[in-house]
Amino acid sequence: MSRVAALVLAFGLAATTPQAIAQSLVADMSESSISITSNFTGKDILLFGAVDGPSDVVVVVQGPREELVVRRKAKISGIWMNRRSVTFQGVPAYYAVASNRPLADIAPGTVRAQYRMGGAFLDFAVAADTRHLAGEELLQFREAILRNKRRESLYFEAENSVRFRERLFRTSIVFPASAPEGDYTVRTYLLRDGRVIDEQSTPLQIRKAGIERTIFDLANQRPALYGIIAVLIALVSGWVAAAMFRRT
Amino acid sequence: MQIYFPIAEISLNIFLVLAMGGGVGFLSGLFGVGGGFLMTPLLIFIGVPPAVAVATEANQIVAASVSGVIAHWRRNNVDIKMGMILVIGGFIGSTAGSFLFKLLREVGQIDLVISLSFVLFLGVVGSLMVVESVRLIMRSRKGGYRKKAHQHYWAHGLPFKMRFHKSKLYISVIPPLLVGFFVGVLAAIMGVGGGFIMIPAMIYLLGMPTSVVVGTSLFQIIFVTANVTFFHSINTQTVDVVLAVLLLAGAVIGAQFGARVSGMLRGEQLRALLGVIVLAVCAKLLTDLVFEPSDLFSIGRVIEE
Repeated sequence: MSRVAALVLAFGLAATTPQAIAQSLVADMSESSISITSNFTGKDILLFGAVDGPSDVVVVVQGPREELVVRRKAKISGIWMNRRSVTFQGVPAYYAVASNRPLADIAPGTVRAQYRMGGAFLDFAVAADTRHLAGEELLQFREAILRNKRRESLYFEAENSVRFRERLFRTSIVFPASAPEGDYTVRTYLLRDGRVIDEQSTPLQIRKAGIERTIFDLANQRPALYGIIAVLIALVSGWVAAAMFRRT
Repeated sequence: MQIYFPIAEISLNIFLVLAMGGGVGFLSGLFGVGGGFLMTPLLIFIGVPPAVAVATEANQIVAASVSGVIAHWRRNNVDIKMGMILVIGGFIGSTAGSFLFKLLREVGQIDLVISLSFVLFLGVVGSLMVVESVRLIMRSRKGGYRKKAHQHYWAHGLPFKMRFHKSKLYISVIPPLLVGFFVGVLAAIMGVGGGFIMIPAMIYLLGMPTSVVVGTSLFQIIFVTANVTFFHSINTQTVDVVLAVLLLAGAVIGAQFGARVSGMLRGEQLRALLGVIVLAVCAKLLTDLVFEPSDLFSIGRVIEE
């Protein structure tokens, strides 16, 4: 069964990248899952591997897809407030690219677009109800996603961050504390003469764990119970606080 | 030491959170006020999403008010009957406020409404405090005395009258219901107890004796903020228990120190100082609203139902 799967996979790979005769790329990560616990402040994951000859390596990491509202502020009677808004679907919550040299030098635009190498090549679908905006204006909203995500360190392009030593390479991928939980995919591409000749895809999971998980699940799945518990905790701790300082 | 808050979904320094709780607790012990109107804006300033700041602060006020009401209860300074009328108004107001909050959040205007509400109330209350205490300071220097007589208020002419023994009042239930309702709406939208509105209203509008107003308002605030906590948990899942408990721990200790220091300072000067603090917070919120933001665009995850 697994042999069949391997064969299908090999065939699939061969179909997309005809040059891939043997495996030219091997890559792995220091961790395949990240737990958000109470001391979570973000995480660096080491990605390393080997190639079979002089080549370029580009790593593309995409987080879970989310639906985003982009809002534009306008000044109304002296106050800046949200006016127009556009909803986008299928926006990766997290997006990172790492490469051994500037992406523009590695591959032509068509290849980079195909493999989403660079934030500019991400395509977000506009939700049906906000499709009335003109192209130029819509572009501003689209760019606002990239700009805001970059500011929050949720999107970044780290050119020159993949380091080679002979045929071994390594890079680290930074996940900030605000990286949402969900399923991430890490795709490592091997390129030669501007063409992708091998690729490897590895899943990565980010999950809240421990007490953070318990609290988050309770708040979202049993909100009434959570509310009652929150009130009870407050009542009891208020009472205890008063009792503690009564004698002083 | 950083700690990750599961509902706010940010990582903050635990000592910063404790210090903020302690600082605001100190001020509330010093001035005898609840700290919500300072804590909610401070939480927003350090990066807590405004909706989480409001709901979490409401949760913390439940605890702070329980602590506070116990002393007044022992001294028999709580008018339970009046308190219950205020609670009924407050329940309706805070439940309505919580649904309004949810609606505003969905249309992307909640942050604006929270900021505007704070600018308005902090501006008015802060100015009144400064003006009033400056006037008192001037008057005490002149050696004058303020006359006080029993007054009749327009509120006394309304129907559905009820006798409130502890407050020595025989008035219509409509004004206290409305006061409770209004404070309830504020509690749900601003994450405040609303004492800064309710106490003046109880004295000047309802004509309650000053000895029972603080205890009775704390009594009402417990129930109303508990209701806010409950409905925000259900409607928007924005109550961060971890954050609330840490803020409370700081606030309890701060309040004890504040209460001790307050005995050493004079009332009018204290009130002027609080007025200045309130105006400073108001000014900060106002500048964020009137100056062009560095990025006109903002992004937010779509809230699914």
